[in-house]
Amino acid sequence: MQSIVEFKNIYKAYPGVTANDDVSFNIKEQSIHAILGENGAGKSTLVKILYGHVKPDSGEILINSDLAIINSPSTAKNLGINMVFQHFSLFESLTVAENLILGMNENISLVKLKDKSKTICDKYGFNLNLNSPISSLSVGQRQSVEIVRSLLNNPRILIMDEPTSVLTPDEISKLFKIIKNLVKDGLTVIFISHKLEEIINLSDYVTIMRNGKVVSTISTQNEDPETLGYKMLGYKVSKAKQVSDINFSKDIFNIKNLSTQSQDPFTINLNTIDLNLKKGQIFGIAGVAGNGQKELMEILLNENDYEFSGDIIFKGLNINNLSTFQRKSLSISYVTEERLGHSAVPEMSLSENIFLSMNHKSEFKKGDFINFEKINSYASDVIKNFNVDTPSYNVKAGKLSGGNLQKFIIGREILSNPELLILSQPTWGIDAGSEAFIKKTIVELSQKGVSIIIISHDLDELLEVCHQISVLYEGSLSNPLNVEDINITKLGKYMGGLFD
Amino acid sequence: MVFLIRVQLREDYSNLIFYLSPLVAVALTLFFGSFIFLILELSPIESFKIFFISPISNSYGISELFVKATPLAIIALGLSYCFKNNIYNIGAEGQLTMGAIFGGGIGLLLNDSTSVFLLPTMILFGALGGAFWATIPAILKIKFNTNEILTSLMLTYVALFILDYFVVGPWKDPAGYGLPKSMPFPDAGRLPVLIDGLRVHIGVYFALIICLITYIIYNKTLFGFKLKVTGLSTKASQYAGFKYKNLIFYTFIISGVCAGLAGLFEVSGPIGLLYRDISPNYGFTAIIVAFLGRLNPFGIILSSLLIALTYLGAEDAQLFLKIPSAVGFVFQGLVLFFLLGTDFLNKYKVFIK
Repeated sequence: MQSIVEFKNIYKAYPGVTANDDVSFNIKEQSIHAILGENGAGKSTLVKILYGHVKPDSGEILINSDLAIINSPSTAKNLGINMVFQHFSLFESLTVAENLILGMNENISLVKLKDKSKTICDKYGFNLNLNSPISSLSVGQRQSVEIVRSLLNNPRILIMDEPTSVLTPDEISKLFKIIKNLVKDGLTVIFISHKLEEIINLSDYVTIMRNGKVVSTISTQNEDPETLGYKMLGYKVSKAKQVSDINFSKDIFNIKNLSTQSQDPFTINLNTIDLNLKKGQIFGIAGVAGNGQKELMEILLNENDYEFSGDIIFKGLNINNLSTFQRKSLSISYVTEERLGHSAVPEMSLSENIFLSMNHKSEFKKGDFINFEKINSYASDVIKNFNVDTPSYNVKAGKLSGGNLQKFIIGREILSNPELLILSQPTWGIDAGSEAFIKKTIVELSQKGVSIIIISHDLDELLEVCHQISVLYEGSLSNPLNVEDINITKLGKYMGGLFD
Repeated sequence: MVFLIRVQLREDYSNLIFYLSPLVAVALTLFFGSFIFLILELSPIESFKIFFISPISNSYGISELFVKATPLAIIALGLSYCFKNNIYNIGAEGQLTMGAIFGGGIGLLLNDSTSVFLLPTMILFGALGGAFWATIPAILKIKFNTNEILTSLMLTYVALFILDYFVVGPWKDPAGYGLPKSMPFPDAGRLPVLIDGLRVHIGVYFALIICLITYIIYNKTLFGFKLKVTGLSTKASQYAGFKYKNLIFYTFIISGVCAGLAGLFEVSGPIGLLYRDISPNYGFTAIIVAFLGRLNPFGIILSSLLIALTYLGAEDAQLFLKIPSAVGFVFQGLVLFFLLGTDFLNKYKVFIK
């Protein structure tokens, strides 16, 4: 097989950091080529260079042995290179079909496009209503839109940045089948992932990067997750270990008969949800994206006075009508699914982002004034205790990589000594090192008596850290399963809505 | 061949350029402004001298500069609260007018008062009038999610008609030969001047105090923090537990109070009575001042002086160059145009494909 892409001595530096340092390797035509590395290893920068999104300081890219000058994503698209980003670029207020047509280079009528998209959706089993506005879609569905959008351009090379992080095991195996079929039809797929097992299952070759440099490019045939992980990190990943023989007694948090009756066709109505959380317990809410996770989180946070019936009780107190601010003041902490623009403001410094979530605490205020000294020292503590890689707390949150920012956000919440911590997709789209660290931190926190709810699509993660797991399916929550009694068949049945 | 203009977000958006761009905009305005003079067959250098230098070459001119800059600065400082919060209150002209009606009305009703409390009462009512007029678009926005740009703008014309009604109707000066103006305010209702014989008045102090308070609020207080967060991300602001509706209300009130004060200062200061044209569009021009000053309180003081100069320059140009004073508005428009342009180019790359 011939090389379709050749990276030659790519070098790219940002102020203070070398993102790509003399990167050279080849990608064979009609192969699935994974790029593996920790956050800040330079994977994203490299594929952004290939996609024309970032200009390298020096170095060349050869496509089919011809020197390619890729100045912009549209040049890349003309060369047959398409990319599915980790952060989606969809217009929230437009429909799926309208978003799809915006990504097209050729002129095509909306009707034709819908036909074409429908064919792709049916062929590969994407469950998309082309007329729904993006704002009503879950993260998983949004990603489907992104993938379909790329496929519509009939690419020769498809770059996928962490594509599986929001999909269920079932969807992942479907996606892998699609990818394999596409490769059979002549496509080359470049695949960024930090899930070692996935890389071994799916890809033919893997390039491992560390600190902007290529460690090696190898065939995945003779590798297993452990050896790959070792090469990526330079040390062994220690798995979070959940101690399960604790006697949980004290009720901390209860949801009783929670239901919603929204008329909005784009939301999932919750159906008599019951949940009981003990002190020091980690409770996982599993399920495929778009089964009511968004709505449940919305009610738990209460940012928009979402209407519901039933009761939410925290330490014996009914908190139905308490605002986000009041709930935080009762020592409930939240980590939302979206980092940038929700649980952190990218344009503000890390210190300011501390105050963003901690403004209910009187220690950070002097009357109506802000006590920056206290906030800065709190920020330093978070950075130090949670291994956040940043030169100072004055750095803007948007400059941090996903994993670093997530460590910072979770650290910020934990240091405030919450009694209940509610996390949504805590390790989505972050590198393996940060993921392991966050899981370990969550487990340790529960051992100190903090109760934790994790809403996640990542089953492995839930099985690793939780004591109990329930599955959310079309707005109904299954009975809780103790993690030690769970087998995958049962969980699969639950995720399909077949509860006991 | 089709030429398409492509626009692409820059990843390395520069903060330095953000603060320098007002200077670039002013330089470009002068450059292109010189063509306007050339077209009018005037020497650009002579014209600029008359426009920008001769108006402030004596103490009277400098006093006039402050007279014009004071309302601009006060209104723009108030508007910066709204703009920081992504609320586009463009009805400051109406709020100014309402402030003049409320505060001026007190001066007319208590026409024979000599009390030292008259002026403070007028100032208070001026502020209340502006706040009242700003409350309307605020409540419409909060309750019905109406577009505040439209409502605040439309209410400006309503306020102007109300003023019209009073000065041709109930408040018309009986000794005024039928002219549409009120009788003058009593001396106790006039704003003290800083220097005898000049018109510059104590409104300058108000502008500076409001500037300092604003600086402190923006940088040191929880309220300023709320505005900043909400301006950057509504969702993050909800996550932080801030009530957006409250912020809409407060920022409208603050900008209304400031515009109302500016209106009262105009009528009880330089003008001394109520009539139709109390403001040469200060409320609209202050929008330019606020953005030219980068919504930074000290920046706003500087930009208010610069824009005030275009008012004076336009008057002198009319006198000495025999060109319409509307040229002043042309310069204001150019500054805004180039400012928006430099901001855009700082944020985006533009290329032709």
